[in-house]
Amino acid sequence: MMSKTLIRGAKLLGGEPQDVLIDGETIIQVGAGLSAEGAEVVEAGGKVLLPGLVDLHTHLREPGREDSETVLTGTRAAASGGYTAVFAMANTFPVADTAGVVEQVWRLGKEHGYCDVRPIGAVTVGLEGQKLAELGAMHESAAGVTVFSDDGKCVHDAVIMRRALEYVKAFDGVVAQHAQEPRLTEGAQMNEGVVSAELGLGGWPAVAEESVIARDVLLADHVGSRVHICHLSTAGSVEIVRWAKSRGIRVTAEVTPHHLLLTDELVRSYNPVYKVNPPLRTERDVLALREALADGTIDIVATDHAPHPHEDKDCEWAAAAMGMVGLETALSVVQETMVDTGLLDWAGVADRMSHAPARIGRAEGHGRPVSAGEPANLTLVDTAYRGPVDPAGFASRSRNTPYEGRELPGRVTHTWLRGKATLVDGKLT
Amino acid sequence: MQRHLISAADLTRDDAVLILDTAEEMARVADRPIKKLPTLRGRTVVNLFFEDSTRTRISFEAAEKRLSADVINFSAKGSSVSKGESLKDTAQTLEAMGVDAVVIRHGASGAPYRLATSGWIDAHVINAGDGTHQHPTQALLDAFTMRRRLVGRDAGLGHDLNGRRITLVGDVLHSRVARSNVDLLHTLGAEVTLVAPPTLLPVGVETWPCEISYDLDSTLPKSDAVMMLRVQRERMNAAFFPTEREYSRRYGLDGDRMARMPEHAIVMHPGPMVRGMEITAEVADSDRCTVVEQVANGVSIRMAVLYLLLGGAEFQTAGTPAAPARTAEENR
Repeated sequence: MMSKTLIRGAKLLGGEPQDVLIDGETIIQVGAGLSAEGAEVVEAGGKVLLPGLVDLHTHLREPGREDSETVLTGTRAAASGGYTAVFAMANTFPVADTAGVVEQVWRLGKEHGYCDVRPIGAVTVGLEGQKLAELGAMHESAAGVTVFSDDGKCVHDAVIMRRALEYVKAFDGVVAQHAQEPRLTEGAQMNEGVVSAELGLGGWPAVAEESVIARDVLLADHVGSRVHICHLSTAGSVEIVRWAKSRGIRVTAEVTPHHLLLTDELVRSYNPVYKVNPPLRTERDVLALREALADGTIDIVATDHAPHPHEDKDCEWAAAAMGMVGLETALSVVQETMVDTGLLDWAGVADRMSHAPARIGRAEGHGRPVSAGEPANLTLVDTAYRGPVDPAGFASRSRNTPYEGRELPGRVTHTWLRGKATLVDGKLT
Repeated sequence: MQRHLISAADLTRDDAVLILDTAEEMARVADRPIKKLPTLRGRTVVNLFFEDSTRTRISFEAAEKRLSADVINFSAKGSSVSKGESLKDTAQTLEAMGVDAVVIRHGASGAPYRLATSGWIDAHVINAGDGTHQHPTQALLDAFTMRRRLVGRDAGLGHDLNGRRITLVGDVLHSRVARSNVDLLHTLGAEVTLVAPPTLLPVGVETWPCEISYDLDSTLPKSDAVMMLRVQRERMNAAFFPTEREYSRRYGLDGDRMARMPEHAIVMHPGPMVRGMEITAEVADSDRCTVVEQVANGVSIRMAVLYLLLGGAEFQTAGTPAAPARTAEENR
């Protein structure tokens, strides 16, 4: 087997076409007219070459809900979507709150070899918000956990949150907060506003997110820690994070692809494929999120890939599970909402979907520049493509996408994980 | 128009007037010695009730039987639903038995809409109340009652409620009756005012086609009909209002307040009433209160809806003038 690969005529971060030569796990040369001698050639033909994407927020469901996703199917979905590293959320069964569970998930990712899996550890035992999990033990395990989150639940107790923020400073960890004030969202089914009033669905007010973010940036400031905000979804949250950053508070934030594109008007269909936590918001929020991602107030795009079996969505709204799959459509949605609208160039996309998430999660070897001497984690995108989303073609075990039949631009054709192709011409290896 | 009745907002002015006119025809059937029409003979209607509601279920059942339909009553309690069967499987099971229409009451907002639009079944779907969303036949029977009282039984035929001032008082936030009534009354040309403490109005209510007031006393003299909505005592525990006493003092309808209404104005209630909470016994038992009439009218309205949806007659669509309602006799 050849160890060299030459990617010929790829637009590096959307710039001028260049050749990239990979030897083994490493990029050894970048330039025009490189020799193909002894190398397998991939004709890029003007496609855009990006550093391998990094997702700071993925639900792989294993252990416990293998009917919806496994580490294998989830990492295959990730490779399909151009990802070379994913951070796996802790809300599995059992919860990833011990060294044993995080090591198991990490090892499964390593064995399958489609995508690096970086487990996220729970902040509190059983995600119950009462007692700190053994954060240090998870960090020292083979999984080397650096990101901690009770995602799906909010660390709502201010003292527990304060202690967690302080404690992880010892090993440069970060707490990723799912900002949702629990009392304000009891029985909540969708964004609280004009549409919820008409539909008679329990309202999920923006303030339930914003009040927790406001508290947590002040806590992070007080104890000198860094804090990461998961799936920020409202215009008000953007303003708080912008204010916090202007004060020098070490806060980072993510937005999901679906919050960049979809609004609560879609809930009028009562189709639970649009049911998600945090809920789809209004057009005004969507525009504020796009602007914030463009100006860097929001640091990254994270998928919140949340697979659910068909029966959990093929029912009435109130009975349905919350969440959407996203790994295989994320880049297309970002192209649609950010690149094709002129808000972000491809270098910006590389920053928001690779460099910055790798930096926040301390994912070594990922999110690196596309240059000689760097690990060959790469994604090749056919940005001229446009077509309808077909869930039947997903590598994920679940099909709960809100984009079925919707025309979106861009298609990932190749993904390389440390020089090894995981996706070739749109097909998993 | 549509095959289903899911929301009062789906009805055009002409659809609604046609239903009210048809209901007047149906009401005449009730005056006969034999209160039965052969219209739905051989058709099967299932009353699929996931929530307890004896009065609505009985009202539909009476309407179905007067139209000679075969009636199946399905209550979720003690059925396969309580063993975890999904709405989809329940509906498909019923359809496999040859059901022509499903009258559904469900605790989840949107469940009837899902049933009608998800391709699970082909039967007609009639919403008999879903969560805090809609209860369209209740709004129709309320409008029917108002038209009879405020316009006249015969004089009302072919007419809407143009310019009538209707006030709804109480727990709008949790009320499917309020939502349906606002939609339908607006369509029929009435001027609607909602009166409630701010805690019992939904965020977003400002976009509804109605006025909002926190003060009952100033609204009463300007009302042709005042509809009191039920207020559940449990709401007190979630801090929607401090005490039952304070609620009834500020928003309850008693004899003194009723006296401030215009002489012709009526008092309505969708039932069940919480006497002493939103309405005193004096008001509930007065002859200005139409609670019992509303129940009787409910059967006529539901007959009209079943007749128009299943009987082959078409609803008029917006823009075309309403054809005179076919009489029950003509349909024989």
